[in-house]
Amino acid sequence: MKPRTIVEKIWDSHVVAEKPGAPALLYIDLHLTHEVTSPQAFSTLRERGLKVRRPDLTIGTMDHSTPTTSRDLPMLDPIGKAQLDQMTQNCKDFGIRLYDLKTTKQGIVHVIGPEQGLTQPGMTIVCGDSHTATHGAFGALAFGIGTSQVGHVFATQCLLQTPSKSYAIRVEGALKPGVSAKDIILAVIARIGIGGGTGTVFEYLGSTIRSLSMEERMTICNMSIEGGARAGLVAPDDTTYQYISGREFAPKGADWDAALARWKQLPTDQGAQYAKELTLDAGALEPMVTFGTNPGMGIPISGAIPDPASVSDPIEKSDLIKALKYMDLEPGKLLQGHKIDVVFVGSCTNSRISDLRAAASVMKGRKVNPKVRMLVVPGSMQVKKQAEAEGLDKIFRDAGADFREAGCSMCLAMNGDQLEPGEYSVSTSNRNFEGRQGKGGRTFLASPLTAAASAVTGMVTDVRTLL
Amino acid sequence: MKFEKIESKIAVLPVDNIDTDQIIPARYLKSISKDGLGEGLFRDWRLNSDGTPKADFVLNKPEAKGAEILVTGDNFGCGSSREHAPWALVQSGIRAVISTSFADIFKGNALKNQLLPVVVPADAHAELLKSPWAVVKIDLSAQTVTLPSGRLVEFPIDSFAKQCLLEGVDELGYMLQQDAAIAAFEAKRVGSVDTLR
Repeated sequence: MKPRTIVEKIWDSHVVAEKPGAPALLYIDLHLTHEVTSPQAFSTLRERGLKVRRPDLTIGTMDHSTPTTSRDLPMLDPIGKAQLDQMTQNCKDFGIRLYDLKTTKQGIVHVIGPEQGLTQPGMTIVCGDSHTATHGAFGALAFGIGTSQVGHVFATQCLLQTPSKSYAIRVEGALKPGVSAKDIILAVIARIGIGGGTGTVFEYLGSTIRSLSMEERMTICNMSIEGGARAGLVAPDDTTYQYISGREFAPKGADWDAALARWKQLPTDQGAQYAKELTLDAGALEPMVTFGTNPGMGIPISGAIPDPASVSDPIEKSDLIKALKYMDLEPGKLLQGHKIDVVFVGSCTNSRISDLRAAASVMKGRKVNPKVRMLVVPGSMQVKKQAEAEGLDKIFRDAGADFREAGCSMCLAMNGDQLEPGEYSVSTSNRNFEGRQGKGGRTFLASPLTAAASAVTGMVTDVRTLL
Repeated sequence: MKFEKIESKIAVLPVDNIDTDQIIPARYLKSISKDGLGEGLFRDWRLNSDGTPKADFVLNKPEAKGAEILVTGDNFGCGSSREHAPWALVQSGIRAVISTSFADIFKGNALKNQLLPVVVPADAHAELLKSPWAVVKIDLSAQTVTLPSGRLVEFPIDSFAKQCLLEGVDELGYMLQQDAAIAAFEAKRVGSVDTLR
């Protein structure tokens, strides 16, 4: 048999039907839904008199429009509340399990899937959310879809799909202190550009990736879309199996043994072909930070802000000028030392317990700079509980940070947590697009370590100076 | 609905990597219907903070009235998967976007909403960028764009998506017809979560 990549193996085992002249019908093992991209799909079901075919393979949560203030307070935003109420009604009407604001399992859709053991190797996983690739950390083929497709999966548990090519991203060597998984993925995107992976699925390989924890792998896979890829994944290994074992929805007993035997067949065969390859030396990486208005506009923390004069392509040049104008930054200068107003630790990229531990390790015994507002938003209520059990909440609060309830929060500023026009943030989220964190707001993307260090000093900071 | 030929002047927005947060900001995503999303289209590029139009934004120019084709830079529609982006474009009268490349999810979403993503070669793109408000013809059946110079360039499109657009095929209906194949697949599936247990 021809050697296959893990992506090809997952694809082959999920094709329901293939007709000439049409995309394949691909079976979906797990459908994650949230309040923002599902209501119009539920409306389609109602209009056409359809049911959700497999509610047992579907899960709902509330995250995007969700307040991160105390759950005892009434929700102030009537439109956001209407969206959450609609989600409750939809899940009730169609028999879907929902982790709403009253449950202890609510959280960001890409945090709770792995946390509950729903995310497993070899699965096809979709969600009406572009960061669905997060689940690829487990060796699943996981990708974001639009609302029409959310409706397709509700009604048929399938999607019409054409296969993607595999793009090997190899990361080799040991990371230096102060450099983390977030810096790896920001460096990859800075290298290939935000359209560099279009039409492909990233497979992350190499000794560095193998040495990373599941949460670190999730951070990397999460931002695959920021490199243009539909999905990104890491073949499963013992780290993966250890993480899954014992979680609520993980297979148990004989089912576990059978699952493990299947999962061990997943890694890419020797000799399988990749459409593209990139190799990165982890040992040469510094903490990364973005300066511009897309995630590909990133530089090492010691680097200078690029100069449009050195760019030849006319549109690229005008885009860089436009980005620097929006960010109000001067070419050639260091970003390090630039003053900031807000620090956000959170989002499906960096809101897990290890992210909070990393930020807390810098904050411990230090204070948030008086000119800075710092928000720490756990990715799920389970992460929050764990953080409290470890006393991390106390470290953040003692430092003067705001430790909040779970949700997407200031990553996309749908819930009232947002930047004011002109404010600068260092954010552990995934997008620095114009206005992403609030109209007129300006975002520097970075790791939890860099974010915490910057909160202390009140400016973009190389965390290695505080270690 | 069947997709017809388009003959329209082009509005040119020569920016690469226009993300869906720019096409429609997240604060317009709280709606539970598809109605009224046109109001959010390019909201922060189109309007000042006091709600007055920005005179230099392409879709605010008097010539933009009636333009059904938008010409943009590379990698249009990157970022968030929000289908609100094509909904907002269509509700504002845009029927085709011409670029050198599109982000995958946006392209898929557009095709499901009668919005045609047209990829043209760099030289044709360069001609279009230099010809704001010129009239361009798009023939989906022939997969051609007639440039302002009269030159004809071909564009690629997935054959199934093309058929769906031209014949108004309902994709969900097509999928539901394959119920027997889906049931047969489900009968053989191994290893599954049960979220309802």
